[in-house]
Amino acid sequence: MIGYLIKRLAELIVALLIMSLLVFSLARLTGDPVALLLSDYATEEERSVLTQQLGLDKPLTEQYAIFIKAALQGDFGNSISGNRQPAMELVLERLPASLLLASAAMIISLLAGVPMGVIAAARRGAKTDILIRVFTLLGQSIPVFWLGMVFIYFFSVQLGWLPTSGYGSFSHLILPATSMALFTIAAITRLTRVSMIDALSSEYIKLARIKGLPERVIIWKHALRNSLIPLVTYMGTFFAMMITGAVVIETVFSWPGIGRLAYQSILDRDFPVMQAVVLTTTLLFMLANFVVDLIYVWIDPRIER
Amino acid sequence: MSLSNQKPALIISAGICGLLIGIALFAPWLAPYDPSAGNLLDRLMPPFWQEGGSSQYLLGTDVLGRDILSRLLYGTRISLAVSLISIAIAAVIGSTLGIIAGYLGGWVESIIMRLVDIAVSLPAILLALLFGVLFGPSFSNIIIIIGFLLWSQFARMARGETLKVKQSDYIDLARTAGCSSLDIMFRHVLPNVAASLIILATLQVGTVIIIEASLSFLGVGVPPPTAAWGSMIAEGRSYVISAWWIAMFPGVAIMFTVIAANVLGDELTDLINPALRNEIGI
Repeated sequence: MIGYLIKRLAELIVALLIMSLLVFSLARLTGDPVALLLSDYATEEERSVLTQQLGLDKPLTEQYAIFIKAALQGDFGNSISGNRQPAMELVLERLPASLLLASAAMIISLLAGVPMGVIAAARRGAKTDILIRVFTLLGQSIPVFWLGMVFIYFFSVQLGWLPTSGYGSFSHLILPATSMALFTIAAITRLTRVSMIDALSSEYIKLARIKGLPERVIIWKHALRNSLIPLVTYMGTFFAMMITGAVVIETVFSWPGIGRLAYQSILDRDFPVMQAVVLTTTLLFMLANFVVDLIYVWIDPRIER
Repeated sequence: MSLSNQKPALIISAGICGLLIGIALFAPWLAPYDPSAGNLLDRLMPPFWQEGGSSQYLLGTDVLGRDILSRLLYGTRISLAVSLISIAIAAVIGSTLGIIAGYLGGWVESIIMRLVDIAVSLPAILLALLFGVLFGPSFSNIIIIIGFLLWSQFARMARGETLKVKQSDYIDLARTAGCSSLDIMFRHVLPNVAASLIILATLQVGTVIIIEASLSFLGVGVPPPTAAWGSMIAEGRSYVISAWWIAMFPGVAIMFTVIAANVLGDELTDLINPALRNEIGI
């Protein structure tokens, strides 16, 4: 068990190193960082001073070591656009907005997905089940960025109920969180339905029925408790969906989070910010996955891959 | 009893998928206009049923005066070509590695499966955006990017299925008959795991169409002026209020295509190997 966790941790560190190597080489491969940082009228002397400062005259392996050492201290240099804020500061400033959006979407997904999956399984084959299955099919087939735009068109432009974009109040949160949640609601519903159907046909449920427990208790307590384990296994997948969702949904709704920052910095070739935001997101993503692993081992100690 | 009576969903979804492939193949004959050449005099025309619309442009025109319907028809090509080619690449690479891992076992398996675990734990969208910027947006690059994101799932499934068939008598027989490992893996194991891999491939089509559309929407897909559904939505974004049709129709096209692909994948799973449902999960 401990061995499994150590193995997972080692994998995560390797993955993080690959990602760091990628963003490092990206900044070196796509053009001259000195040219990006200085104006076109910079003198030759200014160039060589900056080249030395950035360590660009050193061999690549040494440059990478310097980069990693600085990165570990959260130092990625300053943003090349705007008022040249330190890149990490920018990321930390934007992080809360993303966490707010992602947790809102996750809460909506669980609150809607789990009950729908349970109801669909309990009424397997009935109209309710078919309706819920059509919904999950739609949820997995509609591109979220397009759904966001449709929401803006109906709820903001036509009906005028909610703001089109921006950040600050609860009403700003509703549209982006709902559109981001749609895909995960569908995924969670489907997963809960399948494992509930499994659970409902198992021996301990038969026993509970023979004991004469009310159907409500059997479904919502005994069967559901065991059906939640597969959900934990898929948490990592859901986090990945959330990151993807964050990039496109934050872009559609002009939400000031790190998803939009990542996209903007990649488009602007703002390498310091890009490196900071990509590595921070990867780190968070991996920590989240590791926590899922811990929970999983705690729920089911037999795990051994 | 014919198949069509028992499985209406299978027949309908297969029919729609066939129709979409037909549209992709015959787009030049079906489309009334050149998808990338516009007439600026006819820009931002609404669809024919709205005031100001004309039967000349059934679904209206975009900001450059290009015919939306023609662009939609041509967009089918990009969506289908990207998904089919990238899934094929991912399936070949992933299945090969998975079968090798499952059959040979030992340190080879450890290395391959660690690689799979690592590939799975990288945040896909950021990777795709980074690659998109590094190599520039192009048709072949988006295929490589998406293929790279998918291979690990094929490797996982191929390994799992290989472990199941590895124990069977005919594999033992082949081994005693003196077949080489390579022979056994690709002559005897592959045909027996192929059905599951084909199901996985079908189930991926919908996902890939959405990934491609998302990347095109973000500007790292197939570059303009080529018509791709995702980039059409991006182009319509600034006109949601004044010209809703630019972004609306490509979204509907994506939705219908993905629904058809997903239903077909589900139905094929039920038809060929229902036990796979639990393994694929979502």
